[in-house]
Amino acid sequence: MIITKVGKSGTLESSDILIMVVPNKDHGINIELESIVMKQFGDQIKNIIIDQVKKMDIQNIKIIAQDKGSLDCTIRARVETAINRAM
Amino acid sequence: MKRLRRTMLFIPGNNPAMLQDAAILGADSIILDLEDAVSLTEKDSARSLVKHAIKNMDYSSIELVVRINPLDTEFGLEDLTTIAKVKPDALMIPKATQQQLLDIDFLLDKIEKEENIENSSIKLIPIIETALALETVYEIVKSSKRVIAVLLGAEDLTSDFAIKRTKEGEEIFYARNRVSTACRAARIDAVDTPFTDTNDFEGLEKDSRKAKSLGFTGKAAINPRQVDLIHSVFAPTAQEIKYALRIIFAKKDAKEKGLGVFSLDGKMIDAPIINRAMTTIDLAKVLNIL
Amino acid sequence: MINSIGREFPNEILGYKKVIPFKGAFSDTGIKEKTSVKVIAYKPGTEKILESITEMLHKVGMKDGMTISFHHHLRNGDFVLNNVVDAIAKMGIKNITLAPSSIFPIHSPLVDHIKNGVITKIVTDYIGGPVGEAITNGYLKNPAVLMTHGGRPRAIESGDLHIDVAFIAAPACDSSGNINGVYGKAACGCLGYAIADAQYADIVVAITDNIVEYPACPIEISQEFVDYILKVESIGYSAGIVSGTTKITQNPVGLKIAKMAAKIIDETGYVKTGMSFQTGAGGTSLAVADELKKIMKSKNIVGSFASGGITGYLVDMLDEGLFKNLFDVQCFDLKAIESYRDNPKHQGMSGSLYGNPNNKGAIVNNLDVMILGATEIDTDFNVNVITGSDGIIMGGSGGHSDTAAGAKISIVVTNLIKGRLPIIKDKVITVTTPGESIDVIVTERGIAVNPKRQDLIEKLKSSNLPIMTIFELKEKAEMLTGKAKALDFTDQIVAVVEYRDGSVIDVVRKPVS
Repeated sequence: MIITKVGKSGTLESSDILIMVVPNKDHGINIELESIVMKQFGDQIKNIIIDQVKKMDIQNIKIIAQDKGSLDCTIRARVETAINRAM
Repeated sequence: MKRLRRTMLFIPGNNPAMLQDAAILGADSIILDLEDAVSLTEKDSARSLVKHAIKNMDYSSIELVVRINPLDTEFGLEDLTTIAKVKPDALMIPKATQQQLLDIDFLLDKIEKEENIENSSIKLIPIIETALALETVYEIVKSSKRVIAVLLGAEDLTSDFAIKRTKEGEEIFYARNRVSTACRAARIDAVDTPFTDTNDFEGLEKDSRKAKSLGFTGKAAINPRQVDLIHSVFAPTAQEIKYALRIIFAKKDAKEKGLGVFSLDGKMIDAPIINRAMTTIDLAKVLNIL
Repeated sequence: MINSIGREFPNEILGYKKVIPFKGAFSDTGIKEKTSVKVIAYKPGTEKILESITEMLHKVGMKDGMTISFHHHLRNGDFVLNNVVDAIAKMGIKNITLAPSSIFPIHSPLVDHIKNGVITKIVTDYIGGPVGEAITNGYLKNPAVLMTHGGRPRAIESGDLHIDVAFIAAPACDSSGNINGVYGKAACGCLGYAIADAQYADIVVAITDNIVEYPACPIEISQEFVDYILKVESIGYSAGIVSGTTKITQNPVGLKIAKMAAKIIDETGYVKTGMSFQTGAGGTSLAVADELKKIMKSKNIVGSFASGGITGYLVDMLDEGLFKNLFDVQCFDLKAIESYRDNPKHQGMSGSLYGNPNNKGAIVNNLDVMILGATEIDTDFNVNVITGSDGIIMGGSGGHSDTAAGAKISIVVTNLIKGRLPIIKDKVITVTTPGESIDVIVTERGIAVNPKRQDLIEKLKSSNLPIMTIFELKEKAEMLTGKAKALDFTDQIVAVVEYRDGSVIDVVRKPVS
């Protein structure tokens, strides 16, 4: 699957994550993450984002994420919606 | 034991923080809302959030209901197919009509079969919020075996009538009676319309008592702060429990003496009264008042 | 060395006195001595009022290496600490030990003074705001010393903390130095945290914006302790001093926690005639007071006293006859100030009377029920209220350890999860109050009772409340959030945490950036 434009989902509210996805032709999966719990959950959040991206069969994408303490299921949902909006 | 449904709390489907806390806010049922609480541009967001929340969070302590968009909107069908797959306890159907319920029932049969879900395990709760729905409420209830309760939606209903919606609720007196009757005839729960002034607790109590007195078994809530008060209204009072116990003991006593009918405080006690006493005691036991 | 609750730190800590490890909440009792105090005998007619801050600093002989103290009754509206330290800095003085009873965000100018070496040591009970971050990042030359509201007067009375000059912000002061806190535009109520300073410091300076007619009754700190009086334009601004009426939380999760906490108090049998109660000033803590009020009213219970930092909420409970008296160590709002001023049933208490473990009985020893907060809790029930989850100093014990030790039941009320972080961990970053003093943890998803309290577990056997082990509670949190990675710390010790008795219960290390 290929995304063709920019897609956004989520908010900067507490417990949410703001996700922006951008086409990244041939450059693989690239994630820029800012989080209020970076030290404690930074790796976990990145892994969930990558997992959701792979589940949706995408090889090339740039994701900019601003996290305010969201749980895994919220991250998945926001990534999923942002990608669907970018198709 | 029948599941308690004294309160059904609406939770906006597009709010991750509330989805996280929904199960512990004390309500018997929670309604994850994809319809009125979500703006048109965020319907896809909300659907995705609710789907992932149901899959990953523990909602086992409450009844999990999702209010999908009506089937005749561009969102309804996608809501239905996406959410049914994650097996909520029930779907709440806004602007319910007989035809809508038949269509949904059919679609659910298909999805349950495809997903290896036990047939009819996903229930339906239609919202009666149009004049036509009110007029045909019993038919709506009977249109699918999945229907376990009915919610009266007075805001949209009065809008359909083009009449004013008031706190006192005189204008929905008939609607309440009709819905309550149909539900009682079908032996299912009747859930009353929410009280929209979240700062008026006196008004909420009055409104809840009115609904209870007309036979409603529970009430929708739009704010967690309303939950405890609604619970206290729909719980049997100490007096009611005491009286119910006296009836049960009197019945036992009469049976031992070989008497069929008996009287208590000068009043003849027959089957319907005994049944009501037993329901009261059952509810009291579940609520740990007894 | 490793202390009795398993916290590790070096045998010697540079910039700190002899390390005495914590051995248990009540391990250090018996005969204690109070230090002797030097006073200057004044002849009649001695003029105490000084004209300028510069004159005052010269008169008191301010010089390098001195220890100066302040009280925090003006809270986040205090001007005095900043003004005095600024003036000291301007004189070119360095290596001052600063001993305020607490530090607030308004004291952020201290950060520069710390970086410039004007202040090289800080001893206090609570640090809120940028100063905490600066200390955690290692800018203070010596490790800060964090005490408790009961431990600080102990240290002052015993001589462990020697104060050269105590600066006492005085909302009302007369020409002989009698001070009260209930009159003036910077009225703040009682001055409990300044009492030990007034009694034991070598020199005491009252700093006031309101010289009143002699005598300044009702006298909180008397002229017998005051050396000099400095009149200034303003000692503080009232909006920062008092918060208006602190409000009960509207958050449904906070309300649920409060309801459960009140039920615990009831089901464990502590709601009874003559009961005593204390709670914090935060939204959830006040909600607990509200729920308790409902239960007390329904059972016609009249308590003996409520105590602590007093808010208008507790004043209402006093006025409604739910408690016979209030013991007040700090007024949080205008209602509390007025009640303290006008109602003899609303009694003040010094920090020492409140929580000093080394006297013949502090008020915390009479306390039945205590409601507390926490930033972190571990599976031994140790509580952290000093550092946030990022390891940065953002608070301090205040009266936490004191009340937890004295109260018959100590209940921590907290969300189980804050911004994806579980509150319950294997080990907290910093121990403030030891687990032996914490009896119950109440969260929105479950309640844990300290296994040491078999009596409470027995009483709650047939409760409908969701009671579980602390390990089960921790797991509930982690099922939602996933397991957090632990933070990394350097070896640099930036603060020493003293228990009430002066022993070292833990240290704060600088986090790896």
